[in-house]
Amino acid sequence: MDMRRPPRTVSDPKVRQVGFVTPSAAPPTRSLSDAPTTVAAAVAASAASASSPPSGEISLPGSSLSPVMIPPPRHASSDGRPSAPVAVPNPASSLRRDSLRIRVGSYNASEVVLGTPPSASPSSRTDNAASEFSDETMSPWHGRSGTAKAASSFPGSSSEMIVMKTGVGGGGGAGSTPKSPLTTASVVKTLPGISEKEREVLMGTQNDGAGASKTLKEKTTKAERRALQEAQRAAKAAAKEAGAGVKPSTASGSAVVANTKQGKVVKPPPQKKDGPQIAPPSGSSEKKVVDRPPEKDRKKDVPAPRMQFDDKHRVEKAKRRAVVNQFEAKNRVELFRHLPQYIHGTQLPDLEGKFFQLDPMHPSVYKVGLQYLSGQISGSNARCIAMLLAFREAIRDYSTPPEKALVRDLTAKISSYVSFLIECRPLSISMGNTIKFLKNRIAKLPDTMSESEAKSSLQSDIDRFINEKIVIADKVIIRHAVTKIRDGDVLLTYGLSSVVEMILVYAHEVGKQFRVVIVDSRPKLEGQVLLHRLVAKGLNCTYTHINAISYIMHEVTRVFLGAASVLSNGTVYSRVGTACVAMVANAFRVPVLICCEAYKFHERVQLDSICSNELGDPDVISRVSGRQDLNHLDNWADNENLQLLNLSYDATPSDYVSMIITDYGMLPPSSVPVIVREYRRENLWI
Amino acid sequence: MARMDFEVVVLAGGTSRKLNPLVSQEVPKALLPVANRPVLSYVLELLEASNLKDLIVVVEGEDAALRIGGWISGAYVDRLHVEVAAVPEGVGTAGALRAVASYLTANDVLIVSGDLVTDVPPGAVAATHRRHSAVVTALLCPAPVSGPSDTGTSGGKEKAKKPVRCNIVGLDPTRQYLLHMATGWVEVEKDIRVQKSILRAVGQIEIRVDLMDAHMYAFKRSVLQDILDQKDKFHSIRQDILPYLIRTQLNSEVSDNGVIKSESGMDNISSQNDLRWLSQHREIAPSAFQEPHAFGLKSLPDARRTHKCCVYIANESKYCARLNSIQAYSDINRDVVGEASHLSGYSFSAQNNIIHPSAELGSKTTVGPQCMLAEGSKLGDKCSVKRSVIGRHCRIGSNVKIVNSIVMNHVTIEDGCSIQGSVVCSNVQLQERVVLKDCQVGAGYVVTTGGEHKSESLARK
Repeated sequence: MDMRRPPRTVSDPKVRQVGFVTPSAAPPTRSLSDAPTTVAAAVAASAASASSPPSGEISLPGSSLSPVMIPPPRHASSDGRPSAPVAVPNPASSLRRDSLRIRVGSYNASEVVLGTPPSASPSSRTDNAASEFSDETMSPWHGRSGTAKAASSFPGSSSEMIVMKTGVGGGGGAGSTPKSPLTTASVVKTLPGISEKEREVLMGTQNDGAGASKTLKEKTTKAERRALQEAQRAAKAAAKEAGAGVKPSTASGSAVVANTKQGKVVKPPPQKKDGPQIAPPSGSSEKKVVDRPPEKDRKKDVPAPRMQFDDKHRVEKAKRRAVVNQFEAKNRVELFRHLPQYIHGTQLPDLEGKFFQLDPMHPSVYKVGLQYLSGQISGSNARCIAMLLAFREAIRDYSTPPEKALVRDLTAKISSYVSFLIECRPLSISMGNTIKFLKNRIAKLPDTMSESEAKSSLQSDIDRFINEKIVIADKVIIRHAVTKIRDGDVLLTYGLSSVVEMILVYAHEVGKQFRVVIVDSRPKLEGQVLLHRLVAKGLNCTYTHINAISYIMHEVTRVFLGAASVLSNGTVYSRVGTACVAMVANAFRVPVLICCEAYKFHERVQLDSICSNELGDPDVISRVSGRQDLNHLDNWADNENLQLLNLSYDATPSDYVSMIITDYGMLPPSSVPVIVREYRRENLWI
Repeated sequence: MARMDFEVVVLAGGTSRKLNPLVSQEVPKALLPVANRPVLSYVLELLEASNLKDLIVVVEGEDAALRIGGWISGAYVDRLHVEVAAVPEGVGTAGALRAVASYLTANDVLIVSGDLVTDVPPGAVAATHRRHSAVVTALLCPAPVSGPSDTGTSGGKEKAKKPVRCNIVGLDPTRQYLLHMATGWVEVEKDIRVQKSILRAVGQIEIRVDLMDAHMYAFKRSVLQDILDQKDKFHSIRQDILPYLIRTQLNSEVSDNGVIKSESGMDNISSQNDLRWLSQHREIAPSAFQEPHAFGLKSLPDARRTHKCCVYIANESKYCARLNSIQAYSDINRDVVGEASHLSGYSFSAQNNIIHPSAELGSKTTVGPQCMLAEGSKLGDKCSVKRSVIGRHCRIGSNVKIVNSIVMNHVTIEDGCSIQGSVVCSNVQLQERVVLKDCQVGAGYVVTTGGEHKSESLARK
């Protein structure tokens, strides 16, 4: 439930900046490890390339087409926008551009690789001549291609091209629409088109670029190493002092992170704070040893401190990390300042516009995020299923990057997806549980498992979760609930709960005689959907709004309600208005049955609906559908004294709940902690 | 994997007949300069800005393909990965797609017309498409208001322009689904045929004529390929494929196994419940998990046989225009240098115009705002340029007046000419005291001394 973003390094390596590295030169630090050339050799190479392109004596592994040069800052800003995901996709291409520019010779010297004057490169002279050939429709490129040094595979020479083309045209003349051949007109990343000589140039520049970056890194690490060590030492000491259960490695790890990554400075404190809470210093050492494994688990389960949205400092930090543009909400209600304010209406177009620019996001995750944002998917089961399916697809398409462990990298990936989804809409408790489950499964993957096995095992885990925890659980709940429906009953339900709908439909199908009262509320009017479906199936329905609840309750014999979550003190966390319905029913001595799958249970204790809730769009409550004349609240945001509050959830105290129907049977609310305690393992670890 | 599982096809067209005499063998439509940049560059740069770097450009005609390919490889050599495909002339947009359909592999295809000048992010269309799991999503833009109000054009031209200017679009009340699309042959007051089944399903249709189909579509690839395979008569996307999909959206013949979750807003529920309806759990539950709920689906007997046609309606603040007529050509030129100047990619001077440092101005020559003067052009004394674009290396004598016009490259204009509302192509020579009003002069044409032309199209025979 927290707004933590995973380290950007993992989701987008291009953003990573260590020390004094210019934007496009960041990757070399990483590629260094696969290009084990000595500094001396690289320096030599750079020296050599300054005078003339070295013949390819130094060969790099083909895979490590590393970047290479530190372009002058002006250049860097001109070719890539500051937002890193877009910029030069393959560092090699930036290199190539420059090397090509030299040859074309129509660019100024400041862009030249490592200050090599344009005239130093032999090819530039030839091309200066060639570029005068023509300068508008026929590119200098075309003219140059005659010299057989074309970088692109487009016309090797124009005559060749025509021959090829006419051949195709002849073949195509017969059919109405022939399959036309694709001709590559320009290339970004593909190297095959590069001629031998050019590649040599490329290699040379690459080498010396790597060398440069290597020396650079050497410096930065030297400078930083001491600070790093000290930080580690300090963290260790701190951990010892606290006598905390925080494993030194994590503490020092966070310290390291804090040291190397400025952006993450916020994170360590909460972690450290957690330590003492979990294991107070008074705890004896033996006990600690015994405790350790479960403690580790527990630490994972402890909900990280939730983002408090009235904490300006944090909000600023989060905003900077956010993928989705965060806007300031106006006229916030004082009591609910700590909650994420509703801003979705303005986010959607912004996010849609960026569709192609969010690099690390898997398409299906993105789609689900958009659907959350636009309200196309709502309801905790629906959101949960949608999220799981998106993750399943993401896992299917996932491949571990080289030199990374699947377990770690995939967990980070999933975390980045989750934080994106949170930005779209705050997580529901059921989703939180589900994510915990998935991460656990990933963490529990044996190291020996191959990647494909691991992936398929995770996918089947997800399938199983959906099937067992949602689909079958619903069936069980239906079976249980139907026993509580007798002929002649009048059942009341509120809003639109998928389980309740299935119960009603099933009871109707097994031939029970009953009547349904659907209570609805603005602004979502979800009850109408339920009403529509039930009426279509031939159920006898009454539809009313929640303000008539006390009137309609007279005739009701049972109340069936859905829930977003049931907390361990028996509090039912559900769509706003549920509490009101339950209280009125209780006053009328009508039994209230809550239908909720056990995977939505949560061990949290919540006494009110203030500390944790979700804010909806305040605008929708100011408008009345079908009543354009009721416009008194137009431009309400301009009035500083007016705040609109559109809460999404409320908490129903357990006193008003007669029974909770779950997949483990029908229980009183007081038994929820038992379920949470006894079946938690099963819920999360299947 | 293609980015976000989208592939991009740019239909660059060939030598459009409508744009005679501006286009020719040497200058296919895609290379027609708009503010001294080929019009295709606007699309390519838009796509590049959206991080779409793997493109397929389909060109009609071998020669045109060669030229466009050559230009792209020069201008975008290490920025974009472009494949150029040539198709025979006259195959239409559907034919062009058919030619490249077998190369497409991604889940969805974004099809962009090469003559589009816009700043609507293609990602928005793609995202809407993805969000709805639609079969097709079309970009609709507010139709340009100022453009077609010219009196000088003949009746025939008017008619040719109509389908673009006056798309009749039917939308559901939430303005997300496309229920009707007709070309504007009919007047709005006249009868419009609307399918009863669709009307019944939605409850009410909003008919609009103020929207323009911008020819940017997102298609589901499998469906598109099916249609192209099965309906070999289909010639154009807008006139055949799109209406077909819209027509059959409640009784789909194309929805393959992948598109099951398409109980769209056209279900029998009253339309204001669209979104709530869609938001239900069964909607997203995939086939595997849908079976257990089968009894929940009975109210929608043909839920599996529907597909969604969606629209993305661009914000009014966005600029969007298609270069599909001579009028549009001058409009776009004017707008790109004027009100939509952010599209041009140039930085404007304090006088709100662009004068290349290498351009030479004579004494007492004025260049007004919203003008562009490219490199190497020379103006003599006492000239006046207003709201016009002048290309490279033009030689313009003294006492020349250029208003509301486009002068391309290497044009020679001798003393005392007056050009108003005209388009002068490359290598044209205007001898002394020529007066042009609302004319188009084809490439290489020579207008002799003292010639006065009004609303004419002059081209070399």
